[in-house]
Amino acid sequence: MIVQTAMPAASASLAPDLPVIEVEGLAKHFDMHHLGQRLDAFSGIGFRIMPGQFLLLTGHNGAGKSTLLRTLYRSYLPQAGHVWLNTAEGRIDLARAADVDVALLRRREIGFVTQFLNARPRVPAEDLVAEPLRLAGRPAAEALAVARAALAEFGVKRELWAAYPSTFSGGEQQKVNLARALILPQRLLLLDEPTASLDAGARAALVRRLAALKAQGVAMIGVFHHPGDVAGLIDAELNLDNKETSNVAK
Amino acid sequence: MTLYPMDAPAQGPTRDLPRLMSAAPILSMTGINRRFGTVVALQDVSATVYPGEVLGIVGESGSGKSTLLRMMNLEDSPDSGDYRLAIPGSAGNLFDLDRYARRMLCARHIGIVYQNPHLGLLMENSSSGNVAERLLIAGERRFSVLRSRAREALDASEFPLERMDARPVELSGGMQQRVQLAKAIALEPALLLLDEPTTGLDVSVQALVLDTLKRLQRDRAITMVLVSHDLGVIRTMADRVMVMRKGRVVEEGLADQIFQDPQHPYTQALVHAKL
Repeated sequence: MIVQTAMPAASASLAPDLPVIEVEGLAKHFDMHHLGQRLDAFSGIGFRIMPGQFLLLTGHNGAGKSTLLRTLYRSYLPQAGHVWLNTAEGRIDLARAADVDVALLRRREIGFVTQFLNARPRVPAEDLVAEPLRLAGRPAAEALAVARAALAEFGVKRELWAAYPSTFSGGEQQKVNLARALILPQRLLLLDEPTASLDAGARAALVRRLAALKAQGVAMIGVFHHPGDVAGLIDAELNLDNKETSNVAK
Repeated sequence: MTLYPMDAPAQGPTRDLPRLMSAAPILSMTGINRRFGTVVALQDVSATVYPGEVLGIVGESGSGKSTLLRMMNLEDSPDSGDYRLAIPGSAGNLFDLDRYARRMLCARHIGIVYQNPHLGLLMENSSSGNVAERLLIAGERRFSVLRSRAREALDASEFPLERMDARPVELSGGMQQRVQLAKAIALEPALLLLDEPTTGLDVSVQALVLDTLKRLQRDRAITMVLVSHDLGVIRTMADRVMVMRKGRVVEEGLADQIFQDPQHPYTQALVHAKL
């Protein structure tokens, strides 16, 4: 955990004509030392996303969709290129930024919604969801109230709020995961198949939430197994098979 | 994705200096070298830890990780190197301090939990007495204050208070670690050092101790350096990870990057060996 600094909270208050993120010539490969081989994931990726825009990543299995999301989040280190994030503190290249800066940006500007919950033993669902707020300095009671509202929004039954999610079904765990991942305001959301394993009600709740965030100016990049789930939100598609970006007619 | 023969050994991409992190590091170590006879224990090791962070240090036995932690606790001095802590009244290289000054600084500002409780506790004294000893060294003499602050620290470490006067020798391994932890945090240290704090404990007890540490981190934003050869422990606790081998730092990065996209051949072998 990194403690608070003077950095301002994420907001859509930056100039609306400034892209949230600009990617240039991004390349990623994996060196597999035990095999003496290199696995190329992608190269020459470039795009820019304005506030409130939604970019859908498409391509066949293994095209590098999730790898690109993880590289943007800096869980993977790119070998070349730039990931410029326009922050209130200026332009930061996520491809090269110091680890502590990336950690701060993850807290304040960039969210990553995965398809799996990282449930820790002995931590109740409501505490897990409230944790990002607590780490951001919000009082315990307030954080808990917001967390409970989020759990209710995604349809987690009240009797499960104080239980440990490690014992929940996959679908219930994913609802907790969404509640936690979306609890802090962000300017950029990376979505890695967040609707997988969700029932219709939770899927609709997620789409409602994403639409509201989009209206607030949050930029999103997502991989969806069934893009129809978010059809109304998509502004552009990037096909990783041919690296072509196309705008989606509304 | 396409496979190619590897053309060059992997070098992690260079990273910029911090620009957004406005706080100064709590701990800065640079160019630490230490030899024991002909054995190189630490070679040009540098480390930086920011306020509220948990830095994990991993590596095989003999990689130098515990030697480095002992340096951080001023128990040993390097052949060369510089060590600074951002604490009130401290300036200059801490390795230049004499024994008394080191002892006072450690008592006031650094807490440590050892794998072996015998190193950290007086096993025949009461648990509360062990915690109070730390406060005594720091100058507290009022019995009621000693008692109440020991109680508070034991409570924060989730130690059952009805047993606060039991001797550590009568306690289980998990409880002994909680007494060590209470002693370490009694003075709200700037830095908490953890040397394999859960090694040798049952899995369920290990989870409880980790949960306590996580809670302390969340509620008090204590800056921690955690040494462990258990990658699961490091993954649960650390924000950033430093990988050591043969006395050198071979790789460092955000914890998720080290585990998901390790760059160095040794880190890859280490991560892939995890069950």
